[in-house]
Amino acid sequence: MAANGAAKPAMDGATTRRPRLGSMSRPPFPWFGMDIGGTLAKLVYYEPTDITPDEAEAERDSLKVIRKYLTSNVAYGKEGIRDTHLEMKNLALCGRKGNLHFIRFPTTGMERFLHMGHEKNFSSLHTTFCATGGGAYRFEEDFLRIAGLQLNKLDELDCLIHGIHYIDSSKFNGSSECYWYKNPTREDLCEKMPFDFRNPYPYIVVNIGSGVSILAVYSQDDYKRISGTSLGGGTFLGLCCLLTGCDTFEDAIEMAANGNSTNVDKLVKDIYGGDYTRFALSGETVASSFGNMHIKEKREAASKEDLARATLVTITNNIGSIARMCALTEKIERVVFVGNFLRVNPISMKLLADAMDFWSSGQLKALFLEHEGYFGAVGALLQLTKTSPFDVPIDQ
Amino acid sequence: MMVTGRYNKQDDHHLYEIQEQNELGARIHFVKFEMTYFEKCLDFIKENLVSSHGEMMGKVVKATGGGSHKYTNLIRDKLGLECDKEDEMQCLIQGCIFVLRNITNEAFEYQRHSPQPYKFQTMDADLFPFLLVNIGSGVSIVKVESHDKYERIGGSSIGGGSFLGLGCKLTKAKNFDELLQLASQGDHRNVDMLVRDIYGGAYSALGLPGELIASSFGKMVSAKDGEGQEFEEQDIAKSLLHTISNDIGQISCLYAQLHGLRKIYFGGFFIRGHPVTMHTITYAINFWSRGTLQALFLRHEGYLGAIGAFLKGAEEDDSEKYCWGENYAGSSGLHSTSPPPDFIPRDRTASFDRFELDRLERPLVSLPALLDPPSYFPDTVDLTEDPDARKYWLDCFEEALGKVAARAVASQPSRDDAEMRAQQFMAKYNKRLETLREHPFAYGSLTVRSLLDTREQCLNEFHFADPYQHIKQQENEAALRILPERLQHLDSLEFRARQVALAEGLLAGNVFDWGAKAITRLMEGDDSFGFEEAMSKLQARPWLVDDLDPWLERLQDHPHKCALIFADNSGLDIILGVFPFAREMVLRGTQVILCANSKPALNDVTYGELKILAKKVAELCPTIRTALSEGHLKVMASGAASPCLDLSRIDEMLSQECQRRGVDLVVLEGMGRAIHTNYHAAFSCESLKLAVLKNKWLANRLGGDVFSVIFKYTKGSKVEGKTPSKNDIGTQQPRKSPETDR
Repeated sequence: MAANGAAKPAMDGATTRRPRLGSMSRPPFPWFGMDIGGTLAKLVYYEPTDITPDEAEAERDSLKVIRKYLTSNVAYGKEGIRDTHLEMKNLALCGRKGNLHFIRFPTTGMERFLHMGHEKNFSSLHTTFCATGGGAYRFEEDFLRIAGLQLNKLDELDCLIHGIHYIDSSKFNGSSECYWYKNPTREDLCEKMPFDFRNPYPYIVVNIGSGVSILAVYSQDDYKRISGTSLGGGTFLGLCCLLTGCDTFEDAIEMAANGNSTNVDKLVKDIYGGDYTRFALSGETVASSFGNMHIKEKREAASKEDLARATLVTITNNIGSIARMCALTEKIERVVFVGNFLRVNPISMKLLADAMDFWSSGQLKALFLEHEGYFGAVGALLQLTKTSPFDVPIDQ
Repeated sequence: MMVTGRYNKQDDHHLYEIQEQNELGARIHFVKFEMTYFEKCLDFIKENLVSSHGEMMGKVVKATGGGSHKYTNLIRDKLGLECDKEDEMQCLIQGCIFVLRNITNEAFEYQRHSPQPYKFQTMDADLFPFLLVNIGSGVSIVKVESHDKYERIGGSSIGGGSFLGLGCKLTKAKNFDELLQLASQGDHRNVDMLVRDIYGGAYSALGLPGELIASSFGKMVSAKDGEGQEFEEQDIAKSLLHTISNDIGQISCLYAQLHGLRKIYFGGFFIRGHPVTMHTITYAINFWSRGTLQALFLRHEGYLGAIGAFLKGAEEDDSEKYCWGENYAGSSGLHSTSPPPDFIPRDRTASFDRFELDRLERPLVSLPALLDPPSYFPDTVDLTEDPDARKYWLDCFEEALGKVAARAVASQPSRDDAEMRAQQFMAKYNKRLETLREHPFAYGSLTVRSLLDTREQCLNEFHFADPYQHIKQQENEAALRILPERLQHLDSLEFRARQVALAEGLLAGNVFDWGAKAITRLMEGDDSFGFEEAMSKLQARPWLVDDLDPWLERLQDHPHKCALIFADNSGLDIILGVFPFAREMVLRGTQVILCANSKPALNDVTYGELKILAKKVAELCPTIRTALSEGHLKVMASGAASPCLDLSRIDEMLSQECQRRGVDLVVLEGMGRAIHTNYHAAFSCESLKLAVLKNKWLANRLGGDVFSVIFKYTKGSKVEGKTPSKNDIGTQQPRKSPETDR
């Protein structure tokens, strides 16, 4: 989630996508992967559906309770939510069959989550808890102190890349995980199109969480962080909260959907009276984001919806612009946008699609993935299935 | 007033007439003021220019800037003149090229935490290509490859307008300055989510420090369960400034890298010389380029558009032909103030600023004999970087002010208002010294040269064009009377003794310098103080820097092809010191280019005077007469109007002549040209740097005492060597200059 940063050297010895026969061991259940970001904590849970009667017999009560609690609810407490539309069914993992569940809650709820883990007697399961994201470091002590859990902390970029590869190659319940937008600027003609991501290299990943990380991926194990920006999802929501008094990302996005940013922004035509022909800038181009807001009358006339829309457009276009230049510098044509900023946010996705397409004369392509913000957590889960200390042979 | 340069044969008492005449060079005045006063400004122009001068009819006003289309009608209506709208970006780019080409120390790096945050750049001969990032309401990023080849390669809508717009929305600030004021008091860490807020510390695997901003405004995401955030509007303003500066820095950096450009100049109203803004942009550029790029700022960034518009209007006048120089007297520096222009009421504390440019009659270029023009730095001590030296010299100039003013008054006995003007001059220069004590960087690097030049320009401002004209005349006449005797004496000496006498003569002449306190006292107390007395004042050998022996040895060898001599003082120095030296050179078969200041400065001989003196010397000395008539001795103007010398800005004709004649010896004499400037200058040919240290403080710094002698002879370097650091004058205690030790 961290934004500003220097490039990371290529990883060596990263995890493989799938466990290799015989060389891997199988950890005991429950299987979790967690990604604790600056704003959101993402949890993936693998629910085995091939439990034998013997197994069921031997299963501890606490394990059953956890499984039942997670799979029978779609909301946990006030803020935890299971994204049921993302659930991956009948997924083979580590020689088992099961369903993969995707759960999220605000990072501010971490402490409550840990107390719940304590109440449900998590520590008695001797499970290894694999976690990534900054929160894995920040909450490491709390995990031990409150829930009695020893964390296996994992690098967030490793997890992100491995998660993307795993989910994409697993197919999303038989349909395509990866897609792009055809005619992103035409509401009547805009279409979501599947994209074959089987041979993706090289590609750029733009992970938009609270901040933005930009990675160049050359092969499964060869990738580096090339850039990032602190103007990300957290900036959008933070500014929206200040400007409109909204509380949640969903509210902010909904307001933005109903707003008009041109009431807030200063357009080229506001300055030049029309197009700025010398530099081929259309009069409709935004010259200055929020550029009208120093004028009292315009400030009073702008609605909350207009402000939310302007914030969304500003942040999105800025990310698009930086991503595009990174892609051009790296001479990479495919740009994959992920992260929870894109959740329920087609406005941004279409803007990004257009930004890649328009400014590069069609040379660059913006790609999106259905499981937007969960790849880090999936990557953490994959690490669990690889690094378990328990030596259970795999019968794949 | 100036010396007319007419030699009057009939007058036995005076070599030349001094005539008072108003010398009006071309000057451009720029004034920066708030648009509130725009109509007042137009009224002022109408009153003072349009209505009183018939020749304004049919002239065109050039206007630029995003707002110009709103005001063209007002300009037309008020002034009755046509108004052309000029393209904003084009004007900006032309203005930028213009200041980078003409204004000394225009560009600088800003390092806030360094004791001297402003790192001024010397003029860059390889100006192109560069990236110009203009931060107005939005951001325009332009790649400039030459005077007429440039392209807007990108931009961003997150610019100054976003800062102001969001700032007005989120804080009580009503304008840019209030917002900056708020920002300078805030702490962004209460608003932004830092890496440590996510990680609990640094993200060491990626080398991201904990203090790094991970998500701008990330802490403003409201926590539903009422975890209240503690923040003030100052914090919001600060975060906003950081967010926007960082973003602009990153995007600029990406463009620079994508296009392989090394230099990024920032301009536009968002910068405004504001330290926090410059710091964050510098930080961002440094961060994103991993230290390979530096953000460069411009002292006159606010004027680029206006300069560009002016140049548009001046195109038919061949503006390219000329060179321009900043008039320090008439310009406000960074963070300094000047009195408001006439159209702004005196009781208002409005924000305004001035910039004046003098047109130099001829283009200025680098001396071809400089070893490495890009690394040439004229000044020996940068006072901006040396607090002790700065204090000493500022005190020194302040103390001398009364004397300077008195001499200025004395030079104009027939003018009733001289006393009043001298008072005004003193007030102005005193104010300037005060400003420089507080903001040493206000006008670029502060040097003894800039202090001297500013004083000359202030004197000019109050119509004291040449306060030493009478003294110079008297000295010249006195010296000419002794010349035949001096030449006779020299001719009676053996080769070696004669060369020593000539060298000492150059030095002795240098004891006369009205600019130096010690001598002023000596000479004013004793009328008969003459050449012999001056000789006796010289330090006994070995001198503080004594390369006389290698120089004498060199003279045994083949003659030089052509010697270039930069003359210093009038009177004994030029006539008894320089002319005999030049005569000896000519006799050896060496051609001589003798050059002097184009315009007056202190008691230095001017080109106008030198032409007359050469004729007079020719009457007394057949060798000089023949040399002049056959062109072996040529008198030229240096292009300068300063007691110091910037060899990167000399008259183009002089430069061409040097090239044509193949100058292989450069002679610099006097404190101004050989010590305050050029002491460390490296030449591709041989050089002599000669001076008598008449300033105790400087002499002490160099490890000697007052009247210590510097005789520095250097063989030319053909290979690019390391030029000594410009500040080592403070530490070295030379006996022999290091170059000759090799």
